[in-house]
Amino acid sequence: MAITRGDIELAGITKTYDGRFMAVDGVNLKIPDGAYCCFLGPSGCGKTTILRMVAGHEDPTDGEILIGGQDVVGLTPAERRTAMMFQSYALFPHLTVRDNIAFALRVRGLDKAERHARADQMMEKVRLTELADRLPAQLSGGQQQRVALARAAITEPRVLLLDEPLSALDEQLRVQMRQELRRMQRELGITFIHVTHTQLEAIALADVVVVMEKGKIRQAGPARDVYAAPRDRYVAEFLGGQNVLSGQVTRVNGARATLAAPQLRGIEIPLRPGLVQGDRLDVAVRRDDIELVRPGSGPADPATTAVTTRVQAIEYQGAFVKVMLDPVGSDEFVAYVPERRFFTDPLDVGDVVLATWAIDRAHLLA
Amino acid sequence: MSRVTRDQRRPWTFYVLAGVFILYVAALYGPMICIYILSFQDIRGGLVFPMKGTSLHWFVDLFTQARTGDVKGSFDRSIRLALAVTLITVVASFLAGLGFRRGFRGDGIVFYLMIGSLVAPGLVLGIGVGLACTFLGLEAAWYSSALGAQLSWTLPFGVLVMFAVMSRFDGRWEEAARDLGATPAQTIRLVVVPVLAPGLVAVGLFGFTLSYDEFARSLQTAGSLNTLPLEIWSMTLNVTSPSLYALGTVTTLISFLIIGLSLGSIVLIQRRRAAGGGH
Repeated sequence: MAITRGDIELAGITKTYDGRFMAVDGVNLKIPDGAYCCFLGPSGCGKTTILRMVAGHEDPTDGEILIGGQDVVGLTPAERRTAMMFQSYALFPHLTVRDNIAFALRVRGLDKAERHARADQMMEKVRLTELADRLPAQLSGGQQQRVALARAAITEPRVLLLDEPLSALDEQLRVQMRQELRRMQRELGITFIHVTHTQLEAIALADVVVVMEKGKIRQAGPARDVYAAPRDRYVAEFLGGQNVLSGQVTRVNGARATLAAPQLRGIEIPLRPGLVQGDRLDVAVRRDDIELVRPGSGPADPATTAVTTRVQAIEYQGAFVKVMLDPVGSDEFVAYVPERRFFTDPLDVGDVVLATWAIDRAHLLA
Repeated sequence: MSRVTRDQRRPWTFYVLAGVFILYVAALYGPMICIYILSFQDIRGGLVFPMKGTSLHWFVDLFTQARTGDVKGSFDRSIRLALAVTLITVVASFLAGLGFRRGFRGDGIVFYLMIGSLVAPGLVLGIGVGLACTFLGLEAAWYSSALGAQLSWTLPFGVLVMFAVMSRFDGRWEEAARDLGATPAQTIRLVVVPVLAPGLVAVGLFGFTLSYDEFARSLQTAGSLNTLPLEIWSMTLNVTSPSLYALGTVTTLISFLIIGLSLGSIVLIQRRRAAGGGH
């Protein structure tokens, strides 16, 4: 019970079901104390299984889980000093808000007066005081989430584990509760691990984003790194906002290389050590780095490269306009044009355009 | 406009089905109501209409006259037996519900055996239990062999009701309790039982009513002392007065009382929750 730090280390943890299905496949990860960490991935990628193993509701088949430097495999959630906020909250339906929040104190044997006093304190923190005597069924989704948060936080955990905490809420509330989660995390100063399949949620909240696929970590790092510098095609596509183009290196000259494919007439890309002619390669270009110009509108900047293409569809998004261009092979090709810029010379569906971007903005993927 | 009025007129099938329903209700409740009415005749009363005066004579007769049989004793036994059956059924069904939810080796076989005892003809089953007692040299009695015979009927029922109740139980509640530091015993006591309480009352009600009016399974297993349904049956053979009807009225009232108490307690549990009673 000497765990006072909330830094987590997963060392080669593996989880198999029936000795065959690999839910989690040798995951290594370090999460610093007091970090907000998001596990991001499609359903079935193993992110919830990792969460449940850290929480102590499932045991890894192999590997170690260290919290505050101590191996916690086999310990109960209370001994680990973790607390979990369940998907759709799992509030006790027969207990009032106050009794739900005080549950952990009740099972520890605290007397009624003391546990109510502490629950009242906690309710004030999450602004639930006036709902103290309500039952979960009489609360809105956002209120239920606050109860679940308070119920978990009253155990004074070092690590709070959240399983899709926002998925039960509607769009507007989700943004609001997102901020509330972040605020609580700062206030409590403890490690949060949050599992989600929504990339917006992950990059908005997390200090550390962990992108998972099929039981493995594809990339882990600060939100901006993962978004702006994805390691591979999977991460780039899952986080979105990128055009991924693939081709073969046809020429390497000094500082640049040329990438081409049957559907791609040669674009310039930055060079990476070890890149040689004939390599097959994926590159990512952010959709908001692409500029659309009409053909023949002045000489091309030598620091840019271009693809001649055609407007397929246009979606107005408010702050920007999403222009869908002819796909390159099987890859979507999209430009986000700032709203004001777009309307100085609005494009139409069917227009032929030059999609250009600065060469060094293209990001080579693994 | 004319279309609207035409749509609002009921089709002829409505009147046919309503007629069938009225006949059904009359056939269901008519005879019972006749018995209740006839039980309130005075001393001149007979077994058929018309009513001869009104009094509570036959109710008094029921509990005072020895010739009408051991009504009080058999009633006493039936209530005790029903309470024992209720208690065992609730506890066993609850535990079975927990067990089946987790699954265990051979749970399918146990389930089919259970259904088997549910569909087995009660009279045959009762005779079998009676024979087994004779064979083993045990004396059949209402509190032993009849209890067992009745449980063979109430337990499967209780477990089936429990399945329905359990299907709405979210396993994450238990996990949440564990997460918050509850021991397995605390989880059962503070979460599982309170959440399932209305369902457990329903199981109890099933157990009680099934036992209270069980005849077929008790006939060969109750031994020398009768339960109430057996007593009533023997009375129909030798008592030819309205006290038989009075007995019908009394037992019906008791059944209603039990049902009322059970439903009342479910309503109370729910209202207490709605009012945010807590503790």
